[in-house]
Amino acid sequence: MTTILDTTGALQKVVPPQNDAEPQRIATIRQQAAERFSATGLPTAWDEEWKYTSLAPLGRIDWRLSPGSVETADTQGASMRGRAAAELIFVDGHLLRSPSDISGLSGAAGVRLLSLSEALTSSEPAVERWFARLADYQRHPLTALNTALAADGAVLIVDDGEVVDGFVHLLFIGSGSDVMSHPRNLIVAGRNSQLSIVETYIGSGRYFTNSVTEIVASENAVVSHTKLVRESPDAFHIGTTQIHQERSSSVRSHQMSVGGGMVRNEVNVALMGEGASLVLEGLFVLTGREHVDNHTVIDHATPHCDSQELFKGILDQQSRGIFDGLIIVRKDAQKTNSRQVNRNLLLSENAIVDSKPTLEIHADDVKCNHGSTIGQLDEEAIFYLRARGIDEAEARSFLVDAFASEIIDRLPFEPLREWVRRGLFEQMPGRLPERREERP
Amino acid sequence: MLQITNLHAGIDGKEILRGLDLRVNAGEVHAIMGLNGSGKSTLANVLAGRPRYTVTSGEVLFEGKNLLEMKAEERAREGVFLAMQYPVEIPGVNNIYFLKAALNSIRKHHGLEELDAMDFLQLAREKMKLVELDESFMNRSVNEGFSGGEKKRNEIFQMAVLDPKLAILDETDSGLDIDALRIVADGVNTLQSEKHSVIVITHYQRLLRYLVPDFVHVLHEGRIVKSGGKELAMTLEERGYGWIEEEVAAAQ
Ligand SMILES: Nc1ncnc2c1ncn2[C@@H]1O[C@H](COP(=O)(O)OP(=O)(O)O)[C@@H](O)[C@H]1O
Ligand SMILES: [Mg+2]
Repeated sequence: MTTILDTTGALQKVVPPQNDAEPQRIATIRQQAAERFSATGLPTAWDEEWKYTSLAPLGRIDWRLSPGSVETADTQGASMRGRAAAELIFVDGHLLRSPSDISGLSGAAGVRLLSLSEALTSSEPAVERWFARLADYQRHPLTALNTALAADGAVLIVDDGEVVDGFVHLLFIGSGSDVMSHPRNLIVAGRNSQLSIVETYIGSGRYFTNSVTEIVASENAVVSHTKLVRESPDAFHIGTTQIHQERSSSVRSHQMSVGGGMVRNEVNVALMGEGASLVLEGLFVLTGREHVDNHTVIDHATPHCDSQELFKGILDQQSRGIFDGLIIVRKDAQKTNSRQVNRNLLLSENAIVDSKPTLEIHADDVKCNHGSTIGQLDEEAIFYLRARGIDEAEARSFLVDAFASEIIDRLPFEPLREWVRRGLFEQMPGRLPERREERP
Repeated sequence: MLQITNLHAGIDGKEILRGLDLRVNAGEVHAIMGLNGSGKSTLANVLAGRPRYTVTSGEVLFEGKNLLEMKAEERAREGVFLAMQYPVEIPGVNNIYFLKAALNSIRKHHGLEELDAMDFLQLAREKMKLVELDESFMNRSVNEGFSGGEKKRNEIFQMAVLDPKLAILDETDSGLDIDALRIVADGVNTLQSEKHSVIVITHYQRLLRYLVPDFVHVLHEGRIVKSGGKELAMTLEERGYGWIEEEVAAAQ
């Protein structure tokens, strides 16, 4: 990847912001990342990992960084204040102070939720140990871009043995006007700890969000992570979830995309300790000309780990969806148990889906399987429902809902399920009558 | 209630019903028998409005209205119910949630108030008892993982809840043991009254012992070639269909 994209935009040369408050160590990392990005530029279609998603339209726009914090924001009903244990809201990459709420966490000394800008200038050992150590900015240009330019984000540290009740919500809002932001989050679950973190991405107008979230699950930690994406139809979203799992840790990550002009969900999981287990699930519901590219890599580096991956896509109109998933089983990762499935539902003849589940196995005593399906709604089932008096549109909605529910129902908190259901409904106008009530 | 005149219909360009006439009055039970492939399911599906089946000529009136002009869901709302020969499994669609939506769309069609969850559950429980379906079936997906007999009982359960004017049972008895058969027959008998009519499509005379028909018709190559009372079913059981084919051949 040596081609530098011919951009007229701001992504041609990246200069990290001068911030004297940050320690020299951080400044050095930023400088290296900036140099790396300036050398590589944006990935091109020649890059195997980007073969389904062209970043040319992104490269042509003259993106600018937002100068600083704003006072208010339109949360579009995505705030979960009062329902989340804590909530931080970011607008164009900067923390919005007043509506952010961390009261639900106060009192727990072993739990610290701070903004990245605070954390980088603090002496938090977990930050020193993990910041920019997991998401590889040498290998991933967009991670390099994020590392160089990240203004803010959230840092959640949960000490050994601590349990956080409920979930911590991070809400990222893009406000348009060709502003780009590079949210950077670090989540560290100590040994035997437990936490749930939710990232939500929304916005209006044309903007570019390039987020990186690094998650550390230490020995025997239990982590639930959910990423909710409902970006504007004109937005670009590239979001990386980088997960590092140690011995016997258990992680669930849910990647839910219910809208966005161009969305890339990049998930990299390294299973680095024996007995670690991962559930990685995703749902993408697309309409119009939306494009969602789910790119996942699960790296089984140690024996006796378990990974269960299921992504489901629902595609309407001229949308395009991608599932490009790789599972690597290293030579030493004997007794790996791994399952990778992608199922897609095409509601329109003009929608396109690319499904590429891939296994790369170097060990010999493993249990791995993968598969993918692309189909339409079952006409027999539609007739069955109609023959009982349900009209055709509602019959279809029943089936779409059933398809999506397998993923939605497993989200760990009710407000998350509600939010995704609303997004699903709004994505399919005329197709999905609003759910009138809960199931009996 | 139902008046079928000179019905020609088929599937994928293949003509299967070739001039079928049938009249069913309110309160009557009609049995339709015939060999495999004679067109019994085609008739049932055409009446229910299944896509892909096309009517090339003829007329079907249901309570004086042109049934063939209605969409499948409109027929259901008007009171036509088809218990399918092969009920489809619908993973992820809750058995009871869907039935409630169905009942309420029918009620709405008739200007009745929709049933709320409580009232509906009470009704559903009562009807489940009738067909001896365990209440755990409420929380399962439509027909998913049901045994053959459970699927058939689920059809009868749905029929009991939706309370149609005309129920068409397409081989609901096939593959059922005698207990299940009795349950199905009881379900239908409970529904049947002066106002309700039933068309029972079957291969076997067995069901007709519990569900006594007013008329028995023999379908052969897409036409009703013989009609009679319940004793015709006995004759068919004893003598098979060969003699009917001979009669038809002789008449031609
Ligand atoms: N989907 C189909 N496509 C083509 N032919 C069909 C189809 N379904 C049924 N048939 C044919 O139509 C004829 C009548 O079938 P059917 O109505 O199912 O008979 P029955 O229910 O009396 O056994 C048979 O010859 C059968 O092979
Ligand atoms: Mg049949």
